[in-house]
Amino acid sequence: MTELLSFEKSRPNAHGPRLPDADVDGPGSADLLPSDQRRANPPGLPRLSEPEIMRHYGRLASLNYSISEQFYPLGSCTMKYNPVANEVAAALPGFTDLHPYQDEDSVQGALSLMWRLEQALCAVVGVERVTLQPAAGAHGEWTALRMIQAFHRSRGESRTEVLVPDSAHGTNPASAALSGFHVVEVKSGADGRISLADLESKLSPSVAALMLTNPNTLGLFEREILDVAELVHATGAKLYYDGANLNAFMGICRPGDMGFDAVHMNLHKTFTTPHGGGGPGAGPVGVKADLVPFLPTPTVERLNGHLKLDFKRPQSIGRVRSFYGNFGMLVRAYTYILAMGGDGLTQASLDAVLSANYLRNEVKDVLDMPHDGACMHEFVASARNLAPHGIKALDVAKGLLERDFYAPTIYFPLVVPEAIMVEPTETESKATLDAFATAIKEIVKQAVEDPQSLHEAPHGLPVGRLDEVATARQINAYLQGQSEDPVLRWKPAS
Amino acid sequence: MLAAIGVGSMDDLLVDIPSSLRLESLALPAGLSEFETMAQVESLAARNRIFADRLTFRGGGVYRRFIPAAVAAVTSKPEFYTAYTPYQPEASQGTLQAIYEFQTLIAELTALDVANASMYDGATAVAEAAMMAHIHTGRNEVLVAGYLHPEYLEVLRAFSEGRGIKVRKGVEANSKTAAVIFQQPDFLGLLVDARGLTESAHKAGALAIACVDPISLAILAPPGEYGADIAAGEGQQLGLSLSYGGPHVGFIACSKELVRRLPGRLIGTSHDAAGRRGFVLTLTAREQHIRRERATSNICTNHSLCALAASVYMTYMGAEGLRQIAEVSFKRAHALADRLSKLPGWEMAFPDRQFLYEFPIRVPKGPALNRRLARKGILGGLDVHRWFRELKGVQTFTCTEVNDARALDELVEAVAG
Repeated sequence: MTELLSFEKSRPNAHGPRLPDADVDGPGSADLLPSDQRRANPPGLPRLSEPEIMRHYGRLASLNYSISEQFYPLGSCTMKYNPVANEVAAALPGFTDLHPYQDEDSVQGALSLMWRLEQALCAVVGVERVTLQPAAGAHGEWTALRMIQAFHRSRGESRTEVLVPDSAHGTNPASAALSGFHVVEVKSGADGRISLADLESKLSPSVAALMLTNPNTLGLFEREILDVAELVHATGAKLYYDGANLNAFMGICRPGDMGFDAVHMNLHKTFTTPHGGGGPGAGPVGVKADLVPFLPTPTVERLNGHLKLDFKRPQSIGRVRSFYGNFGMLVRAYTYILAMGGDGLTQASLDAVLSANYLRNEVKDVLDMPHDGACMHEFVASARNLAPHGIKALDVAKGLLERDFYAPTIYFPLVVPEAIMVEPTETESKATLDAFATAIKEIVKQAVEDPQSLHEAPHGLPVGRLDEVATARQINAYLQGQSEDPVLRWKPAS
Repeated sequence: MLAAIGVGSMDDLLVDIPSSLRLESLALPAGLSEFETMAQVESLAARNRIFADRLTFRGGGVYRRFIPAAVAAVTSKPEFYTAYTPYQPEASQGTLQAIYEFQTLIAELTALDVANASMYDGATAVAEAAMMAHIHTGRNEVLVAGYLHPEYLEVLRAFSEGRGIKVRKGVEANSKTAAVIFQQPDFLGLLVDARGLTESAHKAGALAIACVDPISLAILAPPGEYGADIAAGEGQQLGLSLSYGGPHVGFIACSKELVRRLPGRLIGTSHDAAGRRGFVLTLTAREQHIRRERATSNICTNHSLCALAASVYMTYMGAEGLRQIAEVSFKRAHALADRLSKLPGWEMAFPDRQFLYEFPIRVPKGPALNRRLARKGILGGLDVHRWFRELKGVQTFTCTEVNDARALDELVEAVAG
């Protein structure tokens, strides 16, 4: 099944919405605005009636896999269940109808929620303060690096390099580059963990920070984290924590205690705000005391029970977005933390680790496991054992789609060939994990017995595999003036 | 499950964590039932003062507008809000097609060639647009002309500082200028000479970046019509609630020449082996997960669900609906400006400048006035002096389709009384 575009369904005589009249006397835009300020041609928006619109989006919704209907074991993305109470909380008019430029006296509930959320996040990751302003994880990474940069500059030091492990998320080097840093890669050892020897060889007085996630993207805890922290701090550099994998150890240990100076968190991963098909999320950043002066403005401060926004922070890196962050997501995350409590968050992480290890064990005999021993909240397998049959990680992923599972993250981390990165999360039952393991085993069997059918997977979905190469080629043709079809948008047939 | 794994306890799975790091417990209160949780959250919501939409005259980048019920009905579908970034296209056609429609709607509204799949907000959209210009021209300075939203300017400075780009205020572009950035209408609500600014940017070999209000484009000349290279802006007015400032949605549209400089996701059409049309993430070689430190931006998670809300809104309204909304807002704002400026001590701050539905006016004793209005349930104008020294005593007032004629009377009576 596919669905026509709203533009293709547009009817010139469809009933548009009934809207209010101005009900005031006076001039209209045509009376006052000179013609060169006025729009010459109306925008080509579709024209549909409300029932047509509702059916259109209803049908589009049915083309998606989602947490609400499928297991979504997307490694590094922590696709856990999004409690519906979060949505009810965020939709309270006391939050949705609040203007960001209202006086402080009239927004004490909102500021209190932000204050309490900050305190809770400080407790979870072990830091002094948290800014709630960044809109997403990558935005948080960049915010943290800007603070670290400002810290070094305040001491008269010009540190120009940021170290990033080869297994890091792509956002890490991109965020470092966006802050004006030169990125230096640190190698993983054979055991999948950061190589202390390689780290040592790359540390120097020019290094501003090491960006690390722990457990790393292979799902392995960096056992030597305390040594890493000591090495980094000895050179005056800061240690940055990529919070993508925070779901592994809430209540078990804390990045602050490991020696991390700045920590970002993805509220849309660990704290159950929904992913929304790619956002909005929220990427708060926690920092230790010596980075606090550099936090973005404003911060929320409490004075004699009254909450206020503090804009007067002379060493601040400034604002990283408008207003105070993705407030609606903060409401959801706070609701989740209240409901879970310290005990519930701890149990969530324990269950996430248990699920990952259980699932890893169930599939370890049919897929290649590049690293031995226990994993944390996720594990990385490899499909390279299927190479003799011409089967790749991509084929395994499509085979899973065909069996009504969303696919794991594939081809990441880059240090494992044919990587299949699985993060089951704590909100899946053993029955679901078993069904997924069974599907993997079936696919491996299919890879041996009938690889061609797997190359053609997925069957039975709205579309089969799409020709992405042809798409890129057509865009090139458009950009080079060889084609009229922009590919990146709809245009009426001329 | 432990037995299946072959271990005796959870501690056996956590052996890699040094014992000195293990926590006794998390220093947070114990969990609550849903009922208790909601009671606590509701009590926080109740400590916020909510002003009726019809009596809200404050804007400043976030506006009260009518939101059709269709918007929430679509965005609250779990198939949309609980999906991830559409990495597996076969299982994500709903999101992919909806965002492809968003790209088309924004491109139509701005009259530019291509739009991306959304940014965090208007501020980061403008900052990313400036980075595009920096990469494209190889120049290290951006020029901000006139009253750009002060928070956008702050974010632009934060983005620029890291990359060593200089942000200068003024209109005189030169050979170092990567882009001239202007807001239309500006932060105060006033129209600027977008055409003239675009021409002068081009004369200096710089790009023109227009920060635009999407509703305004139903009646105002869009960036594509006056030759601007990039349009960036905030989409909150397209069906998103105030929510104390977020989440909302930023957008960027650009001319064909700049497509490869675009930050973030782009969705294009494709087809499968059976010839069926489908939609895929494309031109990913610009992005962080492929190009890492050489990516055009670090953005990964964007504001997809807010872009969906905006798409539903734009589709619901259509070009004619948007025009009516803009026109009603225009007429009411002009009627209000006319009445307020006749009050003793009140005068338009820029009487010779045109505006749409937000305008700056000099008011006597602004802070006291706002307290008085608040007692009558009215959220009055925005004091802009806190950002601009030269605008002492100036407030901006906004009117939209939700401020009915009777609400205007109530405001004027409250001010006079």
